[in-house]
Amino acid sequence: MIASVACVSTAPLRLVTPEDRGVRVSQTGSVPMIDSESQLKALLAGMSGVDAVGVDGRCAKLATRSIKRSSKKAAIDLAISMVDLTTLEGADTAGRVSSLCTKALRPDPSDLTVPSCAAVCVYPDLVAHARYVLGPSSVAVASVATAFPSGRASLKVKLMDVADAVDAGADEVDMVIDRGAFLSGRLGQVFDEIVAVKAACGEAHLKVILETGELVTYDNVRRASWLAMLGGADFIKTSTGKVGVNATPQAALVMLEAARDFAESTGHIVGVKVAGGIRTTKQAISYLVIVNETAGSTWLTPEKFRFGASSLLNDLLMQRLKQQRGAYVRPDEFSGD
Amino acid sequence: MSEDRLDVRKTYKLLINGAFPRSESGRSYKVETATGDFLANVAQGSRKDVRDAVAAARGVQQKWWGATAYNRGQVIYRLAEMAESRRVELRDHVMLAEGLDREAAQRLVSRTIDKMIWYAGWTDKIAQVLGGANPVAGPFFNFSLPVPSGVVGVVASQESSLEGFVEAVIAPIAAGNTVVALASERRPTPAVLLGEMTATSDFPSGVLNVITGVTSELAPVLCAHEDVDGVDISGVSSGEADQLNVVAAGSIKRVFRPRGADDDELRRLRTFVETSTVWHTIGQ
Repeated sequence: MIASVACVSTAPLRLVTPEDRGVRVSQTGSVPMIDSESQLKALLAGMSGVDAVGVDGRCAKLATRSIKRSSKKAAIDLAISMVDLTTLEGADTAGRVSSLCTKALRPDPSDLTVPSCAAVCVYPDLVAHARYVLGPSSVAVASVATAFPSGRASLKVKLMDVADAVDAGADEVDMVIDRGAFLSGRLGQVFDEIVAVKAACGEAHLKVILETGELVTYDNVRRASWLAMLGGADFIKTSTGKVGVNATPQAALVMLEAARDFAESTGHIVGVKVAGGIRTTKQAISYLVIVNETAGSTWLTPEKFRFGASSLLNDLLMQRLKQQRGAYVRPDEFSGD
Repeated sequence: MSEDRLDVRKTYKLLINGAFPRSESGRSYKVETATGDFLANVAQGSRKDVRDAVAAARGVQQKWWGATAYNRGQVIYRLAEMAESRRVELRDHVMLAEGLDREAAQRLVSRTIDKMIWYAGWTDKIAQVLGGANPVAGPFFNFSLPVPSGVVGVVASQESSLEGFVEAVIAPIAAGNTVVALASERRPTPAVLLGEMTATSDFPSGVLNVITGVTSELAPVLCAHEDVDGVDISGVSSGEADQLNVVAAGSIKRVFRPRGADDDELRRLRTFVETSTVWHTIGQ
């Protein structure tokens, strides 16, 4: 079984062409069946370690890429369409969610060429309201669930949390893994939870939050990514945004490599979402560069890559207007959240 | 100490948000003395430096205006103290930059420091002089209060490297604004020194930002920036001033140009304040 999964791609990435968009998706492979915890452990333990210095260096190198003029305009619009506009505060109200939904539908009311965001992301109790405001639009409703952000609840409670969100109309569910169980080696428990939540999601897409800031090493990030993808995740997501270390380019790179390798060996393309601490257009564009250079342009769509953010959207809109007007614009030109 | 000690040459850097970065663009340019000798290599700021400085100035403006007028006065007075203790250095730079003799440069530095103290005194007097109580037909008090415009861009005098710079930046700061200043292109070092002094005089980071570089490149960016509420364009010719006026009008900025003999002493303070009118019921 282990031999059937190529964990690290050694082949160089090909040029991006319409037919071959940077990733060689396996035509014959399939997601391996996991029958036992020992099998899962053996599979994850068999993966090679991540070259931490190499990852840091690669990210630093990619951050120096200069994206200008028409490429920058395209990147800004792409980034806007990838935003999961998020509000996850204890002080959230229906009114606040309404204004967030309106903003996701039409980020800049004075310019209809600005694309809509991918989704709004709220707590489960506000899903029904978000669904009502968004109506039949293309903007999806995502909900965090499974005792977000800590994940410290019994499986029963987590599944009820998920069912609640899905019943209220969530198109996407963002679950958190049990980091305590993962770090103490109870991988089977983490895996079973993901499988159970995936089943509870039904039609809804499942995003699995790894909380990379708590996973300590890049090796753990790679293993957790594989674990989540084997468990049936449609997306793997870096962070909750509620701990000290949020999304980092390094974690994103390791996760994108895992998603690419998973696609190459199983034929399943799993998306990646970066969340927390992404506030500027410059950051967002450098993530897009990492996506393109690591996984390829297959992932450069809102279906396969997302930004979980709130203040990022205004910065993207400001930069977009700056490109049009040629002058820096006021931050208060756009609504707050 | 041995005579053949290596030179320790100073790098003249920008002041943005309380830090002293080299230009984001990595460029620098050569500055000469009035007699054409080499004086220094100075950072050549870019439009992104202007953008960063405006963001810093905007970020701290509420805090600066929120401080008590008394406190703002003390901070500016503290700057004058710092300048006083480095007056020899300031004198030497003014002497080299403007080609003055030693005594004239010394007098100029003294006058400049006195001017800082004069503006420090103004912080808690602006409201009385520019504001007032208005008579209204009703049981109300009605007050007009001067409030700062917000972020002020300064294109400082090209000739008067220290005195002109200080007048242009300290007046709006005393009124509660925060400032992004473009120093004189050919004579920037006294302004850079003044910026360094703010780091040791309790100025909150970002209240004064100093950018050195090519005026014709940076002034239009500063005047076009929509998050700048007013500009002082003392340091451009009248032809350029017309163009900058047009650019500044795009976002309805207040624009200040010196009028020479027609100017009164308070015009710099008055230009960058707005009038806020407050109604208050008369208590029983």
